[in-house]
Amino acid sequence: MYKIRSKKVLGPGLKLMVVEAPEIAAKAQPGQFIILRENEYAERIPLTIADFDRQEGTITIIFQEVGRSTRDLGLLEAGDSILDFVGPLGKKSEIEDFGKVICVGGGVGVAPVYPITRALYEAGNHVVSIIGARNRELLILEEEMRKVSHQLVVMTDDGSYGEKGFVTDALRKILSQDTYARVIAIGPLVMMKAVSQVTKEFGVKTIVSLNPIMVDGTGMCGACRVEVGGETRFACVDGPEFDGHQVDWDLAQQRARMFLAQEKIADEARGGGCRCQK
Amino acid sequence: MSEVDGKRKVNKQPNKQPMPSQDPKVRIKNFSEVALGYTEEDAVIEAERCLNCKKAPCRQGCPVEIDIPAFIARIRERDFAGAIAKIKEKNNLPAICGRVCPQESQCEKYCLVGKKNEPVAIGRLERFVADYEMAHGGETVQKPASPTGKKVAIVGSGPAGLTAAADLCMMGHDVTVFEALHTPGGVLVYGIPEFRLPKEIVRREITNIEKMGVKIRTNMVIGKVLTVDELLQSGYHAVFIGTGAGLPYFMNIPGENYNGVYSANEFLTRSNLMKAYRFPEYITPIVVGKRVAVIGAGNVAMDAARTALRLGAEESYIVYRRSEKEMPARKEEIKHAHEEGVKFHLLTSPIEILADEEGKVRGMTCLRYELGEPDESGRRSPIPIEGSEFFMEVDTVVMAIGQGPNPLVPETTPDLEINRRGNIVADPETGKTSKPGVFAGGDIVTGAATVILAMGAGKKAARAINDYLATL
Ligand SMILES: Cc1cc2nc3c(=O)[nH]c(=O)nc-3n(C[C@H](O)[C@H](O)[C@H](O)COP(=O)(O)OP(=O)(O)OC[C@H]3O[C@@H](n4cnc5c(N)ncnc54)[C@H](O)[C@@H]3O)c2cc1C
Ligand SMILES: Cc1cc2nc3c(=O)[nH]c(=O)nc-3n(C[C@H](O)[C@H](O)[C@H](O)COP(=O)(O)OP(=O)(O)OC[C@H]3O[C@@H](n4cnc5c(N)ncnc54)[C@H](O)[C@@H]3O)c2cc1C
Ligand code: SF4
Ligand code: SF4
Ligand code: FES
Repeated sequence: MYKIRSKKVLGPGLKLMVVEAPEIAAKAQPGQFIILRENEYAERIPLTIADFDRQEGTITIIFQEVGRSTRDLGLLEAGDSILDFVGPLGKKSEIEDFGKVICVGGGVGVAPVYPITRALYEAGNHVVSIIGARNRELLILEEEMRKVSHQLVVMTDDGSYGEKGFVTDALRKILSQDTYARVIAIGPLVMMKAVSQVTKEFGVKTIVSLNPIMVDGTGMCGACRVEVGGETRFACVDGPEFDGHQVDWDLAQQRARMFLAQEKIADEARGGGCRCQK
Repeated sequence: MSEVDGKRKVNKQPNKQPMPSQDPKVRIKNFSEVALGYTEEDAVIEAERCLNCKKAPCRQGCPVEIDIPAFIARIRERDFAGAIAKIKEKNNLPAICGRVCPQESQCEKYCLVGKKNEPVAIGRLERFVADYEMAHGGETVQKPASPTGKKVAIVGSGPAGLTAAADLCMMGHDVTVFEALHTPGGVLVYGIPEFRLPKEIVRREITNIEKMGVKIRTNMVIGKVLTVDELLQSGYHAVFIGTGAGLPYFMNIPGENYNGVYSANEFLTRSNLMKAYRFPEYITPIVVGKRVAVIGAGNVAMDAARTALRLGAEESYIVYRRSEKEMPARKEEIKHAHEEGVKFHLLTSPIEILADEEGKVRGMTCLRYELGEPDESGRRSPIPIEGSEFFMEVDTVVMAIGQGPNPLVPETTPDLEINRRGNIVADPETGKTSKPGVFAGGDIVTGAATVILAMGAGKKAARAINDYLATL
């Protein structure tokens, strides 16, 4: 059992939890993720390590409630425990002094981009960050991101905060003013796809973090298959970060819909009182 | 049918005492065990078919060398407790082996009775006494030797790891098993379905091992959270690697990533480990269409094809490049698959998977094959027939064409020698690897094999590790 030390509501349906997992905290690196299973009946769901504290022995996760598993998880409070918590999984981000870099985070994707941004900043890069959300309420980690960026641009779709528009609008502007060594973009698939299209025009290497459906997270099942550069890769062990210009985005979007009907059934079955919580 | 021969009764029936089983029409609607197990009477009658051969050729076919005539003789005398004790001298997981060993190519292959008639049903008898013991609450937890003060880490909790752990614990060592998944058991829990091997049985056998004193830590992916070197540095005197063959192979044909194509591992893991067959009580989903094609014909393929029927598929196909004779699955599984209505498309293999506009599988383009000359494995190799393309309408495809070794441990253990296929190189008699203090066995060394071979490897390694620890 893995105890939740604290919990914070960051916005509507957006939650942060600090979980006690000392062995994972000792090893965690930016870019990696954990898989958790809340209880005996639950799914295994992957969530990025949004932060880790080696001294405290904790891992921070930030998640958006989008379906059954994340909504159930959101009901837990500080002091409650998660049944299974495994990691750190996936390859760590490539961190070096590339020179000038841009870190882009969209929606809950700001959470995974944050530790990478911090590491790049600490490695000596000149970091420009762009974070965005649908509206002000859904914007997360602004202060944290500001601390590890030389420049921070905030975008909201509805203009309720920062500038109005998509992160790609800001990205295009920034890229046309200066040259950058690489772009790191994490967010919804549509956003990462759009970012990759923009950076391709400018010929800037772009790293994205893919979030396909997973089961084991150790390379055993192949549920997380993605196509990169025409080759099939397992995102849980070969990724989750890949070259955005090489990713087959249409396939990734298609595969994300594989269990749509079932996900709805599972969500509707919630709170039906049929589940015995021992 | 039985006659007195000296003072021993011998049953001259040419066939095995039949196994009571669930009716195929009923069982394809549930996940309960298909073979119900012998009654005491069945067991005694079957035991009377054994000739109690002096040389006991059957024993050479058993990788863990169970004293087969001795345990069968006890069944004949209705000393069921004595029979299980005899088996447990060699095998810690009899309820499992009795169910899943490919007996026809192991112990029963060499049985003397089998020369003219059906061999003695050694596996069924083994299962019977193991179940008898469980049902009668007489499970004795073996007592380990006094503590040696030596610590051993076991990586992977499949049959290889569990056997090594149990044996080392008996020898008095302090043993911890590290398992990547949330439930121990390896393929026994994530791969082999409930209807063939109830998970309750696996759980019970594992509990017994824990009661002996073995510690099991789940959710520990070695290579990620800790490396083998870190285990050695943190006070473990030796490490046994039994990480299995968990990496699913795909065919590398077009269309393999469409929605509706699974690896057998994913399909079976969703159903078994995550209990998707009880969705939405258990919330991991599985999508099974009307027509399911399983590519391959090993145990894994049979399990997937039969699982598909139980999950509601109207048609379930085995699609295999060779003929029935070459199918690697256990005979009993093939028979059960036939009884349940699985259709066999033999000498057939897909060359492309096709999908609708939404990317959902709608069928496969297949080729027909004929058999050519025998290849290195002695099996006749399939040759495609030119111009034989045809369309097979299916909406789910399960790839069951084999698994390779997972590279997580080798990749993070630099001085561990691996072969060209990625398997760890280890001495077959001792499990010794190129790295001092590190031993390996089971599928990670041999490639996908059998439960009992993995257990045999675990046993041998335990002996070698014990010897090694004595030198420290
Ligand atoms: C490596 C990795 C890291 C991730 N990190 C985070 C994170 O830090 N924070 C976070 O909120 N989410 C993260 N995700 C996504 C998260 O795992 C899913 O949101 C979650 O599994 C959805 O489960 P559910 O039962 O609540 O929703 P479901 O009912 O399963 O799905 C609801 C909706 O979400 C979509 N969806 C389902 N699974 C995923 C998925 N894996 N990725 C994206 N969309 C999905 C479905 O298509 C559907 O529209 C990550 C995914 C991966 C693979
Ligand atoms: C569907 C299916 C049906 C089968 N049917 C039969 C049958 O009827 N009869 C038969 O004899 N054989 C059968 N087999 C084969 C048999 O199950 C295997 O040969 C046997 O389980 C191998 O045992 P093992 O201990 O080597 O590995 P496994 O059983 O594969 O166990 C390995 C364990 O190690 C864990 N692991 C892997 N990597 C790590 C890591 N880095 N850190 C920690 N843990 C890790 C895995 O999660 C797993 O639990 C079947 C196999 C499958 C897949
Ligand atoms: S363990 Fe397997 S091979 Fe050995 S006697 Fe039992 S069924 Fe036969
Ligand atoms: S070979 Fe057959 S008949 Fe002879 S002892 Fe073994 S099981 Fe009995
Ligand atoms: S999640 Fe199973 S292989 Fe990646």
